[in-house]
Amino acid sequence: MKYLDEFSNPDLARRLLDEIHATATRPWAMMEVCGGQTHSIIRHGIDQLLPEGIEMIHGPGCPVCVTPLEIIDRALAIAAQPGVIFCSFGDMLRVPGSGRDLFGVKSAGADVRVVYSPLDALTIARENPDRQVVFFGIGFETTAPANAMTVYQAKRLGVTNFSLLVSHVLVPPAIAAIMESPRCRVQAFLAAGHVCSVMGTGEYPPLAEKYRVPIVVTGFEPLDILEGIRQTVIQLESGRHELQNAYPRAVRAEGNLPAVAMLRDVFEVTDRTWRGIGMIPDSGWRLSPRYRDFDAELRFDVGGVTACESELCRSGEVLQGLLKPNECAAFGKQCTPRNPLGATMVSSEGACAAYYAYRRLDLVQL
Amino acid sequence: MTDLDFENWTCPLPLRDTPSIVMGHGGGGAMSAELVEHLFLPGFGAAAATGLGDSAVVTAGGARLAISTDSFVVKPMFFPGGSIGDLAVNGTVNDLAMSGATPLYLSTAFILQEGTALSELARIAEAMGAAATAAGVRLVTGDTKVVDSGSGDGVYINTTGLGVVADGVDIAAHRAAPGDAVLISGDIGVHGVAVMSCREGLEFGTAVRSDTAPLHGLVAAMIATGADLHALRDPTRGGVSASLNEIARAARVGVDLVERDLPVPPGVRDACSLLGLDPMQVANEGKLLAFVPAAQAGDVLAAMRAHPHGEDACRIGTVVSEHPGMVVARTALGGTRVINLPIGEQLPRIC
Repeated sequence: MKYLDEFSNPDLARRLLDEIHATATRPWAMMEVCGGQTHSIIRHGIDQLLPEGIEMIHGPGCPVCVTPLEIIDRALAIAAQPGVIFCSFGDMLRVPGSGRDLFGVKSAGADVRVVYSPLDALTIARENPDRQVVFFGIGFETTAPANAMTVYQAKRLGVTNFSLLVSHVLVPPAIAAIMESPRCRVQAFLAAGHVCSVMGTGEYPPLAEKYRVPIVVTGFEPLDILEGIRQTVIQLESGRHELQNAYPRAVRAEGNLPAVAMLRDVFEVTDRTWRGIGMIPDSGWRLSPRYRDFDAELRFDVGGVTACESELCRSGEVLQGLLKPNECAAFGKQCTPRNPLGATMVSSEGACAAYYAYRRLDLVQL
Repeated sequence: MTDLDFENWTCPLPLRDTPSIVMGHGGGGAMSAELVEHLFLPGFGAAAATGLGDSAVVTAGGARLAISTDSFVVKPMFFPGGSIGDLAVNGTVNDLAMSGATPLYLSTAFILQEGTALSELARIAEAMGAAATAAGVRLVTGDTKVVDSGSGDGVYINTTGLGVVADGVDIAAHRAAPGDAVLISGDIGVHGVAVMSCREGLEFGTAVRSDTAPLHGLVAAMIATGADLHALRDPTRGGVSASLNEIARAARVGVDLVERDLPVPPGVRDACSLLGLDPMQVANEGKLLAFVPAAQAGDVLAAMRAHPHGEDACRIGTVVSEHPGMVVARTALGGTRVINLPIGEQLPRIC
């Protein structure tokens, strides 16, 4: 994968940084939407190298972080039922619900399995016809096509012991919600490259126009991020507010058309609660009526499960870019990756976890 | 509210957030360490030696003996480059070697799940015999137990090893000192990626093969240079991150790494990138980390590179007096990041 090495080249990075430094004449606050970008920025120390006035605000684009607490609690309730095989991606296992997490349920005897693709969960269902197999289908537009394909296959093959616990969320309504907030400080967005590789870029020009903010589709390697920041700064300095694609090797304007067609068949738009933020209208997907039989929330009686969030956790403000992780009173004290109060401290893409992992040096007396 | 103190941060309530064992307690990271500190040591009371490390050097009948025990529960049992049998021998041999010992004898204990195919068990036994012969150790005692189908998961193996430590050899984590060079004997993350590549549901094509190997010969070559080896560690569970953090904490020193000097082979880097894992937290089974005075690092590196298990040895960092107990890496772009002790299991990222 030599190709990727070139997107981490320190000499090219220095050139981009020099250009950013030369271009920026005043402070700007821009939000990287995606948790993968947050992780990369902190991991490579990119924000330490930017001009002092360029502030990176970490957005709500970590799928683990924004999965609502009541959905986690329902996942725990379903996983604990006898005869269930509960399948999930790995990083959901440590996300705290109101009480425990999926690791704790597994420890108490539940059959909880880490899978690497929802299609693996479907295979498990076909191999265990006497068990109910549930896949925890969370995430943004990036992970949704594979989940949609799995449900489509389950229906086509007549696999009746498989269901999906769905908590999909969408980026454009979140950008709108952030811009509508009276406390919003965001002046530009680095849009999530992988989301756009699926959905294309068509939803973003109206947002750029309505809110008068540059939106630059950005990838995840160090040079991708620096190029996204460079294009954003140039737009801000020149007073423009357009959509630009700084990730053309992965993103086409029309997106991935077969994936989008599959999404439109299997899912329908719904209101969705985001953990730490609240309900954002039309910001999520649920299974469409054609596939409603595969909805785990309907198949298992967990509708009465309610949630109770830690009063100390301010991850909602972190997710909205209103608070830096280390500005939270619980950060590094009551709340650590070892004992997370909120999901932003659990996921490797969570802003709090990224700060804790890579920034502790800022917090100790040397 | 007290100020943050990450050097001495300990869990205020023992094992407070889980009433029962979870997978993370076996991950070789902070949860494993807390289990020892908060449960085993208090339970063992006065009978326990300090620390309960991977191996211990004791004196008996005038001889300095190293003793170590390890259990092996790897899934799948056979993987590119080796098997649970190879690990069961080499893992304990290496724990002895990290204290500078010459390994001599191993015990072997098996816990077998009802229904395990004898053909598989035979392959494992043959692998253990071959590995023991290659390592120059004798398998001298053993035990076999069988558990109900459903109570276990294939084959679990425990090996306990005994070795001798020469006079004058004093290799221990607490001896790492500011100014030491930090060396690694070769590519990192290889074993973990080889095992993951054939794990159920994750099969991916890779040329990466496990690096399982006995390291006492390499250690002997390093000792033969006359250098004062301060600390050695084979970075197995928890990877290089866990080992460096353990030594930094034990010696109350800081470790500065140069990220670009870490030898991460392309196959490991690509697999980790795909899965959202950090190569520094992925297990190795045939590599060692060495802390040696900087003035002697050149001689030690030359001796390592002259040995088949150290051909790609290199320097990756320096021990410093700043930020004691912490490992800090300088990134390729010029920023810095803290390398943490992993908590429990590494979890593949969602996207």
